[in-house]
Amino acid sequence: MTGMQGVLGKNDKDRLLKLSQIAAEIRIDIVNTIAAAKMGHIGGDFSVTDILVSLFFGVMNYKSQEPHWADRDRFILSKGHCSAALYSVMAKAGYFKHEQLGEFMQPLSFLGGHPNRRKLAGIEANTGPLGHGLPIGVGCATGAKLAKKTCRTFVVLGDGELQEGSNWEAAMYAGHRKLENLMAIVDRNRLQQGAGTEDTNALDPLPDKWRSFGWDAYELDGHNFQELLEVMDAPFTGKPKVIIANTIKGKGVSFIENRVEWHHKVPSAEQNVQAIKELTHS
Amino acid sequence: MTSSLQQETFDCRKIFAETLIELARQNERIVVVCNDSVGSSNLNDFKKEFPDRLINVGIAEQNMIGVAAGLANSGFIPFVSCAGPFLSGRALEQVKADVAYNMYPVILCAQSPGVSYGELGPTHHSIEDFSWIRALTDITLLSPADPKQTKDAILWAAKANKPVYMRVNRFKIPKTTPEHSPFEVGKALVLKKGKDVTLITTGILVSRALEASSILEEQGISTRVLNIHTINPLDKEAILAAASETRGIVTMEEAITTGGLGAAVAEVVVEHHPTKMRILGVSHFAPTGSASFLLDHFGLSVENIVKSAYELVR
Repeated sequence: MTGMQGVLGKNDKDRLLKLSQIAAEIRIDIVNTIAAAKMGHIGGDFSVTDILVSLFFGVMNYKSQEPHWADRDRFILSKGHCSAALYSVMAKAGYFKHEQLGEFMQPLSFLGGHPNRRKLAGIEANTGPLGHGLPIGVGCATGAKLAKKTCRTFVVLGDGELQEGSNWEAAMYAGHRKLENLMAIVDRNRLQQGAGTEDTNALDPLPDKWRSFGWDAYELDGHNFQELLEVMDAPFTGKPKVIIANTIKGKGVSFIENRVEWHHKVPSAEQNVQAIKELTHS
Repeated sequence: MTSSLQQETFDCRKIFAETLIELARQNERIVVVCNDSVGSSNLNDFKKEFPDRLINVGIAEQNMIGVAAGLANSGFIPFVSCAGPFLSGRALEQVKADVAYNMYPVILCAQSPGVSYGELGPTHHSIEDFSWIRALTDITLLSPADPKQTKDAILWAAKANKPVYMRVNRFKIPKTTPEHSPFEVGKALVLKKGKDVTLITTGILVSRALEASSILEEQGISTRVLNIHTINPLDKEAILAAASETRGIVTMEEAITTGGLGAAVAEVVVEHHPTKMRILGVSHFAPTGSASFLLDHFGLSVENIVKSAYELVR
């Protein structure tokens, strides 16, 4: 399929409703996937879900049955530990069968704890160590310009990972080269593994930092599809674009939301039932 | 004692730059990525002819490797050109994750490796690259000995469609590779077929090994000389033949011996055919001195190579 716009509703309202439904299904898939594996990064999976859903079902051009299609938009999940969210989205987009999500982190599985392009076509970069996605995205965007292709590159970054200097090497160069085919989306949930980002190594004022590097920066609600799509769909203005998407770590499940300990805690059987109940009725 | 022979010497960076231009004219997918090293990598002519295809990211080596991986994702064949210590060391995790693990066909060209920056000191000596890159899987590790092998390595790498790391030497060296000898990746080049002792080496030290072998021959010691231009994958067959057919092996490398070429040879020898060895190479952070002074300081003089070989067979 080329993009997913085709399956969405005809008017904006239908489109937004459809995205919300998909996101709810994805979150349930994530809970089930992590429950089966007894491993995963549920907090960050939930904060990034709506961003991934917007990209894969509202914005990007790709052919899941032809994952190496040369003109595809490139997507890189720099915060590779949130692979359960990405796999759930990719399964729904048709890259592989939904029931294969049950193989998440099983021995020899193609769905490892971090994405692996050698195992799963459609993954553009093996990520995991933080601070790698944006430089690779800069290379993809540079390549598209050199090859005079119109495809775009989207990189999703965790906010905590912006403490890695390599991001700023890449941001500086992308701004200098005016890579207007590159978009970074920062999943700004304000929590890293051990504490709040601002208590660890503060990032604010984040939009100003990107602007000073030559980017167009937008700050919005990362769980609001209308806001996400408006900025993602808007044409580039001769600069790379960054979205600071304010999100809630653990979004959608009351006892996980905004709790630092849920970075990679695994819900108990009772908690799974409770989580699915909350997600089903959201 | 260094070279006693008066012969013409070469800096491999020149053939590196010429070969890239030649390749880029034939194949528009060839691009170069560098870190403010246009001048030191001799890339001014490339830049003049292909301004868009020379991607200079500035002094930012981690980004440089990531950008190269992304360019490979877009279907290009990126040659990354950067001073050795900053390519292998500064960006080692990017080399591992972005290039090797992703299996992107990026050719990492380490300029001025080993101790060739002499007086600039250990921060600028790229002596750990054999050990570090050898520890990564899925990277072919090449160490050409002279201009011919440098050119052959580049031409091979451009078609290999896999990650490659290669050294580009600035230390002036004579030609040691016979004009028509093929460049077979993973296969040692046998420069002499002796029976008493084997000298195994690579890169700029091949010429010193040949000089040492001539002296040993004069003393009646028949010397085998192997140029291991491919450190990964290693030519185990040639090493085992040397272990079983000669009485000892001397390895020499312009690199730290911990985990380097000598260690790689020893791993093969000890497991399959234990034999006496001497491993010559850099052993600690270098004192101040020129590159040629430092090679001698670390026991890589022709005189010490001869002495080491002699000790094994006497």
